[in-house]
Amino acid sequence: MTSPSSGEAVAKSSPGGLGWLLEQRVLLSIAVLAVLPWLLPSQALAVNVLIYGVVVMGYNLLFGYTGLLSFGQAAFFGAGAYFTGIAIGRYGVPWFAAVPIAVGLSTCLAAAIGIVSTRTRGIYFSMVTLALAQLVYYVALQASSFTGGENGLRGFTVDRISLFGLQVNFLDPVNKYYVLMIFAALAMWFQSRILNSPFGAVIEAIRENEQRARACGYDVERSKLIVFMLSGAISSLGGCMLALHLSIVPLDILHYQTSGMIVMMVLLGGARSFFGPFVGAASFLILEDVISLWTPHWQIFVGAIFVLFVLFLPKGIWGTLLDVLGIGKARQ
Amino acid sequence: MSGELLRAEGIGKRFGGFVALEGITVSFAAGQLTSIIGPNGAGKSTFFNILSGALTPTSGKLHFRGRELNGLPQHRFVHQGISRSYQITNIFPDLSVHENVRVAAQALTVSYDIWRNRARLTELNARADAALDAVGLLGKRAELAKFLSHGQQRALEIAIALVSEPELLLLDEPTAGMGPEETKDMVALLERLADKRTVLLVEHKMKMVLGLSRRVVVLHHGRLLADGAPDEIRSNPEVRRVYLGQSEGYG
Ligand SMILES: Nc1ncnc2c1ncn2[C@@H]1O[C@H](COP(=O)(O)OP(=O)(O)OP(=O)(O)O)[C@@H](O)[C@H]1O
Ligand SMILES: [Mg+2]
Repeated sequence: MTSPSSGEAVAKSSPGGLGWLLEQRVLLSIAVLAVLPWLLPSQALAVNVLIYGVVVMGYNLLFGYTGLLSFGQAAFFGAGAYFTGIAIGRYGVPWFAAVPIAVGLSTCLAAAIGIVSTRTRGIYFSMVTLALAQLVYYVALQASSFTGGENGLRGFTVDRISLFGLQVNFLDPVNKYYVLMIFAALAMWFQSRILNSPFGAVIEAIRENEQRARACGYDVERSKLIVFMLSGAISSLGGCMLALHLSIVPLDILHYQTSGMIVMMVLLGGARSFFGPFVGAASFLILEDVISLWTPHWQIFVGAIFVLFVLFLPKGIWGTLLDVLGIGKARQ
Repeated sequence: MSGELLRAEGIGKRFGGFVALEGITVSFAAGQLTSIIGPNGAGKSTFFNILSGALTPTSGKLHFRGRELNGLPQHRFVHQGISRSYQITNIFPDLSVHENVRVAAQALTVSYDIWRNRARLTELNARADAALDAVGLLGKRAELAKFLSHGQQRALEIAIALVSEPELLLLDEPTAGMGPEETKDMVALLERLADKRTVLLVEHKMKMVLGLSRRVVVLHHGRLLADGAPDEIRSNPEVRRVYLGQSEGYG
């Protein structure tokens, strides 16, 4: 469940065996996501799991692996969505160019917020990220000629897209799902690469013992800034996906409630596990769907379930499941 | 004994109004083990914190291999060749024993690489294993550090410090909290280390200190009280007076 600590994880598994398969966390995750629309009660739910899964996965890099509890991840989710919508709707940028542009700009935003926030620690870090994300919210609210203000951003419908010369009807939900899944797959591949890299070891060392990491020769502040940007970049890609999916960007996406939801999702699914964010996103969205059928006060119940999780299942659904199955050491 | 490695000039440190160190001028030659002793609160750990960059001195200068260290951020000290262990065990509890050391080895070369697969950096893995072997922990490499015994965790700390191949190794009470058996192992390890490295050792166990070191520096109330060969220190009346009534197993 935690990322492999060293060569031994690779060395132990025999090629072709179950161990080898469990090592292929990206492929396994893609396989699960590929059949997700048929496992869940609705297509719409599956798309949302895909999108929120990517957002939460980016957040997991910061919170789960580095141990930095940010309450402002919505800023990057929202930035990805708004920048995509503005690039397409206002500047006529084609969608495939709009996405990297939006991720790039969102990463710059993450750099700006990160420079300020990563200099603080503990609860101060949480509060500073929350405050700066709220600032982004108010900027989006006020700059209504760009963002549509309270009404959200509209007018950039992507209906047909060409993929490698192939014309795809993007209004068809199945097509849409699999096109968006390409983005999710890219994000997972990138995240996995980071976790396996030397820098992936640095962030875990910082989580484990910041003082020791510094004494070992790591520039802790710089490392935190880098991981803050990487995390923001991945979450912003989820925002791009949302914009392409909905063809509108609701202002709510930047609200602090969205940040809170991201935190809940990662804890439900299992922080520090690779696939946990998708499990967390799915459970949260299903809970929300099911409970809101019974009562308009669904948030109370989701909140209560969340508290129970924090108290009794600190590794979340996926993390606990892996432990129970005894494959906690595998990379999933 | 080759030339001077580290020189402290008039090092002072105050915490608010409290003077923890004052006017410490001392220099250490390369290639020997020197012990720093003194009663509780003498300022030994504070001095180590300054030598390793964790604290900035309020006065005085540090020179290491002819270079002034003042103003250098803490994380650069390892890169200069100074590394340390802590009085209170300071490891990465939820990482494997091997990873604890490997991540320390990696700091000098590929810290910010987000692209390569670290499992394939075999040279770093080998160096980490060599350091574990040196402290007798190679058999425990796959275990989580938090499950090691206290003595093993102390040894792990030394491996973490060793793997950067430091010119100067600072060890703050490596036998703290250890039983007699574990202490014996640690003394053997220190003897091996002292053979080929420059080591500064803070210890309370007097017998051990006098046996291990070529030179002993005594701190008392933040000042330098005595400095000399173990025999001189043993017979120094000032030192005897300071330690009188302390149940440190003196002599
Ligand atoms: N960060 C700090 N703030 C305030 N006072 C401090 C701080 N660190 C150390 N001191 C004080 O400075 C003095 C020297 O502490 P230091 O830890 O260097 O002693 P020591 O010689 O290592 O003692 P011991 O043998 O108990 O480890 C003590 O009186 C301690 O209370
Ligand atoms: Mg001390």
